[in-house]
Amino acid sequence: MIKVLMARAKQGYRTSAFPVEPPALSDRFVGAPVIGRPKCPPKCSKCVELCPMQCISRNTEKISIDIGKCIFCGKCAESCSPGILHFSKDYRMAVRKREELVLSGPVINLAEELNKEMKKLFGRSLKLRQVCAGGCNACEADVNVLNTLAWDLGRFGIQFVASPRHADGLLVTGPVTENMKLALKKTYEAVANPKLVIAVGACAISGGIYEGHSEANNGVQSIIPVDLFIPGCPPHPSTILDGLLRLMGRLKGDAREKINDSQPIPPVGDQLETRKKLIRSVIRS
Amino acid sequence: MSEKNYISIHNSEAFPVKSIPIVDIDDFRETVITEIERGKRLASFFGRPLNESAVCLTAVIADDKRGCLQILSTEVEKSYQSLTPDCSQANCFEREIAEQWGIVPLGHPWFKPLRFHHSYRKEYDAWERGLDEEILPAHTDFYQVSGDEVHEVAVGPVHAGVIEPGHFRFQCSGERVFHLEIALGFQHRGIERAIISGDKSKIPHYMETLAGDTTIGHSVAYAQAMEALSGCLVSGRAQILRGIMLELERMANHVGDIGALANDVAFLPTASYCGRLRGDYLNMTAMICGNRFGRNMVRPGGVMYNLDASLISQLSRKLEEVFSDTENAIGLMWDSPSAIGRFEDTGKISREIAEELGLVGVAARACGFERDVRFDFPTGIYCFSQIPVATFSTCDVFARAYVRGLEIQRSKSFICEQLETITGDDIFTVPGDSAPDMAVVSMLEGWRGEICHFAMTGADGNLLHYKVVDPSFHNWNGLAASMRNEEVSNFPICNKSFNLSYCGHDL
Ligand code: SF4
Repeated sequence: MIKVLMARAKQGYRTSAFPVEPPALSDRFVGAPVIGRPKCPPKCSKCVELCPMQCISRNTEKISIDIGKCIFCGKCAESCSPGILHFSKDYRMAVRKREELVLSGPVINLAEELNKEMKKLFGRSLKLRQVCAGGCNACEADVNVLNTLAWDLGRFGIQFVASPRHADGLLVTGPVTENMKLALKKTYEAVANPKLVIAVGACAISGGIYEGHSEANNGVQSIIPVDLFIPGCPPHPSTILDGLLRLMGRLKGDAREKINDSQPIPPVGDQLETRKKLIRSVIRS
Repeated sequence: MSEKNYISIHNSEAFPVKSIPIVDIDDFRETVITEIERGKRLASFFGRPLNESAVCLTAVIADDKRGCLQILSTEVEKSYQSLTPDCSQANCFEREIAEQWGIVPLGHPWFKPLRFHHSYRKEYDAWERGLDEEILPAHTDFYQVSGDEVHEVAVGPVHAGVIEPGHFRFQCSGERVFHLEIALGFQHRGIERAIISGDKSKIPHYMETLAGDTTIGHSVAYAQAMEALSGCLVSGRAQILRGIMLELERMANHVGDIGALANDVAFLPTASYCGRLRGDYLNMTAMICGNRFGRNMVRPGGVMYNLDASLISQLSRKLEEVFSDTENAIGLMWDSPSAIGRFEDTGKISREIAEELGLVGVAARACGFERDVRFDFPTGIYCFSQIPVATFSTCDVFARAYVRGLEIQRSKSFICEQLETITGDDIFTVPGDSAPDMAVVSMLEGWRGEICHFAMTGADGNLLHYKVVDPSFHNWNGLAASMRNEEVSNFPICNKSFNLSYCGHDL
């Protein structure tokens, strides 16, 4: 017993102050992409060609990037001229509508809170049933981490429950493989109305890296309606929590937010060199 | 038996496809069966289409003692005499081959699909299902025990926790489990097929998402394979960085598993500390490459992110701090007889069964086998800096937890040593084109166990075939075996003690 108490003293209090304080992120963390003011040079489509996910499209003067497909590999920004496209350290990316994930400027329409009636039901207590519908398990891992004492999800009234019958909604990860389609539908049907569906990760939003595979569907929305989209591959735990809290109306502030660009990801000297070499080799092949 | 039946190669060493002997099916069977009987292991066994009608079966046999791999092939069309009755390790491989290529292993004792999808050869289906017939996951036969007091418990695919989908059937009498059968395939998303037929620039990302918690493991295995095929030499610094990342991945997952075990026996201090500490290890990974799982770190040719002096000292400091908390958190549990008592003698598998099933990784080392790719088939930094193999011999949940504890300590010493002595500055060499008609087997000790990738190029140097074997593929039947005669209520700790990957199995 005494050992347990001593260990308790040694381990200390570790729950992060999020959302009062911003999360501690690595200096190399790749957050929301920022498309700056300058126009793209005519005929340039380097980023479009380099993106393995085909999430960038070039319009007449500018580009737009679909962060619902993006896996945040950062290749596009390394190939781009300064000021046009780069990644910020902003972890906030959750939105309510799929089309809002297509960014064409430095702003993002962050998730609005639920309507009054729904907020009354779920704003202070949200019980979710998690369904893993394919994917690589990294999204689940970073959802799971919210249950640890570092994040202590329970303090916000959010809890993952064992049965859809106990749940207010589903939190789905993965592209929805063909083999999980029926199970997802049945789980959705088993949740009482009114219910919420939250899609976490590129896979769940658009099929992600598995988009177009005949073994998988292109995301949750192709099967059931979705109320909140949390992008990333996988999304950082703070991105997920930020999204959930916004939905519950627990975070104040404008919904239409400028992406926090105070700390753009520094292109670390040799890291950039490496990237450039790689890009050259990709272009060559 | 003549030596000519197979070719002997080393881990991550390219060899001409033509040098693999193609023997007739009887020789193939006999060779594989005898070699496995002699104590070797079936590391990989797969089919690949040769032409309209023929499929080439290739077996990769691992000789742990001599540190080499034996490869041989045979050609079949519709069926062949199954190896499984004489070689249990072939069981899932044969079912996989049947499912993918419609080839029936005649006399297979428990012949059913593995991942539940249509055959890749349209005209051939091992179960004679039509092209338009819907294939539903886990719709197949299950072992059934009958009798007055016998009942069946079915769980999944959607489980009670935040975990991946799978279907489990227990045949029980009261609390006692006679048999557990596991049906997977719910996570099948067709990665292997996409690697060879899809967009090339996606391949590194496919590797990173074969099993998200083994991002570094699978991406290093892929990188090693591509480097061997293109003759690319990777700098020492990049090798060291790969080693550091791989061991960090091991530490994060092992700590998480020990925490999960503690949670399942309601020993909450260790459970909650380890949950937090796992995140700290992931954050160290993110300090290096920005991503908690090591995404975008490893590519053929080297690594993408370097360490400078300040980051090295930050990392060392952080590692000391987190490791000291880890020792404290885990030590607490080792000192608590009430917790340990739940692990001891629970979920035992005999050494013989472990040997017969060809278990790998922690599960094998917890049965006393000194089986570790870092030691038996070292590549990269492990050729120069060896990590002692951690084993324990009680074959139970405790052994699997304890081996993890030991490995955490050894990985920590390894990382410290590497951070102190890291030299060089180059971290990336642009890999050239892959040589045509070559093949390679790339193995690596991921945190779960042996990862084995087989890559092969065609006449144009492009990948013609790629086969991934995640350690879970070998070990799922180990979990089933560990539940024999256990209580149903012990399933959670048995399961956590293996902590196998669904997506790594389903691909
Ligand atoms: S979005 Fe990315 S991290 Fe999440 S399941 Fe899909 S591949 Fe894995």
